Amino acid sequence: MPEPDPPVPDQSPARREITRADVPALAAGAAVFGTGGGGAVHGARLAVETAIDRYGPVRLISVDELGADDIAIVLTVIGAPSVGIEMPSSKDQPRILAREIERAIGRPATAVMAAEIGGNNGVAPVGWAAELGLDVLDADGMGRAFPEATMISMNVAGLHSEFTVMADVVGNVSVLRTINRAWLERHARALTVASGGISMAGGYVITAANAPGAVIEGSVSRAIEVGRTLLAATEPVAALAAELGARLVIGGKITDVERNTTGGFTRGSVTIEGVGGDRGRLVRVEIQNENLVVLEDGLVVAIVPDLITVVDSETGEAISTELLRFGQRVSVLAWPCDPLWRTPRGLELAGPRAFGYDLDYVPLAGDLEGAGQ
Amino acid sequence: MSATSEVAVGIDVGGTNTDAVAMSGAGEVLAWTKSPTTPDVTGGIRASLGKILGELGERRGLVGRIMLGTTHATNAIVRRRNLGRVAVVRLGAPAATAEQPLSGWPADLRDTVLAGSALVGGGHLVDGYPIAPLDTDGIRRFLDGPAGAFDAVAVTGIFSPSYPEQELEVAQLIRDHGVAVPIAVSSEIGTLGLMERENATVLNAALYGVARDVTAALMTAVAEQGLDAATYFAQNDGTLMAVEYAAQYPVLTIGSGPANSIRGAAYLSGADNAIVIDVGGTTSDLGVVTERFPRESTMPREVGGVRTNFRMPDILSLGVGGGTIVDAGTGLPRNDSVGYRIAEQALLFGGATPTLTDAASLARVVVDGRSLPALSPATRSGLRAALAVAHDRIESAVERMSLGRTGLPLVVVGGGGFLVPDRVLGASEVVRPDRGDVANAVGAAIALAGGRADELCAAGERTDAIAEASRAAIERAIQAGADPARTEVVDVLETPVSYSTPPTVRVSVKAAGPLARIGQTPAGHLPPIKERV
Repeated sequence: MPEPDPPVPDQSPARREITRADVPALAAGAAVFGTGGGGAVHGARLAVETAIDRYGPVRLISVDELGADDIAIVLTVIGAPSVGIEMPSSKDQPRILAREIERAIGRPATAVMAAEIGGNNGVAPVGWAAELGLDVLDADGMGRAFPEATMISMNVAGLHSEFTVMADVVGNVSVLRTINRAWLERHARALTVASGGISMAGGYVITAANAPGAVIEGSVSRAIEVGRTLLAATEPVAALAAELGARLVIGGKITDVERNTTGGFTRGSVTIEGVGGDRGRLVRVEIQNENLVVLEDGLVVAIVPDLITVVDSETGEAISTELLRFGQRVSVLAWPCDPLWRTPRGLELAGPRAFGYDLDYVPLAGDLEGAGQ
Repeated sequence: MSATSEVAVGIDVGGTNTDAVAMSGAGEVLAWTKSPTTPDVTGGIRASLGKILGELGERRGLVGRIMLGTTHATNAIVRRRNLGRVAVVRLGAPAATAEQPLSGWPADLRDTVLAGSALVGGGHLVDGYPIAPLDTDGIRRFLDGPAGAFDAVAVTGIFSPSYPEQELEVAQLIRDHGVAVPIAVSSEIGTLGLMERENATVLNAALYGVARDVTAALMTAVAEQGLDAATYFAQNDGTLMAVEYAAQYPVLTIGSGPANSIRGAAYLSGADNAIVIDVGGTTSDLGVVTERFPRESTMPREVGGVRTNFRMPDILSLGVGGGTIVDAGTGLPRNDSVGYRIAEQALLFGGATPTLTDAASLARVVVDGRSLPALSPATRSGLRAALAVAHDRIESAVERMSLGRTGLPLVVVGGGGFLVPDRVLGASEVVRPDRGDVANAVGAAIALAGGRADELCAAGERTDAIAEASRAAIERAIQAGADPARTEVVDVLETPVSYSTPPTVRVSVKAAGPLARIGQTPAGHLPPIKERV
């Protein structure tokens, strides 16, 4: 049995901590919200466990609890996950980055927020917070994983970030003041290449005043909940679908994986043939860094920015796109994204066309029965 | 000695049994033996070899090669016994300093193995640019001080699979510093993925003592029998390595058991492509042979609780075996087995516990020439229902492993093989080869020598990278004992690297070839590990 949630007081919002025992659940949940991208969670999980062992549990605070003087800094690793598994971060990176951000804003930070809850970047900030002695804000900028700097909720909400600080594994620090997120994406990418393909970045300054409507709230505790359900389940796939309110699109095996690299992006598609109750059905998942479109008989079943995760049919563990292989037994889950992504601005930044698909967004229905209507 | 008259002996030391077979150059099984694995595994090898040679009689003089598949290394790790203490050097600081080496290991194993660790300047970026100058003084200070007493050194540099020279330079530096223990360098052991490769390198270093013991035991057993035979060890991808190579890379023997079993079963059935099911007392293990090699899993694998990135056979384990306990009330097989106590506890043997073996017996399968005692109607119907569930589980597992290829035969081996029905949906036919019960030893006896190499390259240079990786893989196969004239590339895997500019591809190449004839085994010329540069 998973440990029970701490009691919730009637009046004030719950104050809780992320302890070492929460980390496996956070990692499993973050992998699910990674929708195939966001980098492997295993390394981040170890790093967070090590940090909590050394510095103690981390306080998780909600957006409502941000005080007038509180400042959450958004920290993230950018770059290639496959480089990250060979060249993990430096122990000094979070501190170098935080000090430089504090210098730029002229005030101390009090909390860390994840840019994306999906994958490695949803897990690692907890360890950085432990090390820096800061709280973790129960929110993120995506509610999932996305590949580009423009695809962040603060950008959808029109929140401007005056600067972005980057710190690499070697100790090089750069402060970028770009005119918009698109230029940031371009410059940050060039710097990341110079740093060996991976770097740590921090930019947005989140406060009680600017957070509402600009961040996706509750995502850290949600990832822990989902991970806890998954790890405790005897029928992991069904339990995960129920917890997420996700549609179980198909259970089957991968019969084809096609990949090609065009324009710096890995693009591909994965064909899944149904087994058991789904025998006779064939589903295709279009992938880039994340799973982006599910098609059946030429029709869109689910499409970005709605969430699509491919999990191991036995364990329910999310499989990242680069680990998808011929012959794997998998199940495909799809569930609705945060409403923010369904706004015109949200779809412009992270809808199908932002990923190069000439397809219209078809919202996935929120309830299981109505799915696909 | 001509190729056709030469006899190969395969010995497989498994968790339960030690099996041996003698095979002719034409590929027939000439003799076979099966004996329980003893706690003294070395004594077991000696006894098993003696027994199979006894079976061979006068033909024993024809034995030209002996192949050993063994769980020595796995056992040492699982039981935390006979492991060496390792000084761990990681090259790449200030990168990769957030987590210490061995941080994901079970604490007791880490305490047994870790003598000390140093994260020092060195290593490379993905494009080959140095992360930091090599901190030679730091390495020397570590060896003189914090490392304390150690039996081996493990050296892992960031991006060493692409740029291996620095690790070799460090190995030389360590030797020049007067350190006489063996040194494991990661680029020779694993692929990209720093922590997993470092874990494998440290395990390898911890296993040198075990490797020394088991290679010595095999050589002694062979010498005692007065045989003039070349000796080889089976490794986890279903290929062989020469003894000298196994002594340097003992960690590569982990996982050889399932690989041998899958290849041996397919070989006995005459199929190059097949699904194999090995039904034991507690579980059924399914694997797939594609063009004579086990299909490999792409997910990271744990060995004794340690995460590594070895390529292991893709095995699906089902909780269905001869000793699986049946809940007669619900008619369901339980997730529990009577295991080796089947001969006392199953109904068929006069016990009180209904098992799947009893269910098969009720369905008129003759097991051990026995028949069931009188059973209540409820028990009979419970057993029938449970057998149907077991069949269903086997069938769905076969389908899952088949990847939609319906033409593949299902090869059944193992003591509980009678649980597999004669017709299985999704398989072209069900084959029960003779000598299927010693398939793992057959797999060892027929194995080829192999090697693998990885390269990370710009997408535009993939042809060159594949050529380079192929060259390295072939060289490793030849080092492992393959005949240089007949070694070829058997598998090329390309994976694009996301977020990379310019677009980057990882290529992984596997080469294999038949063993070189005796007297031309190049592995004999392989310098001992201490002198390798």
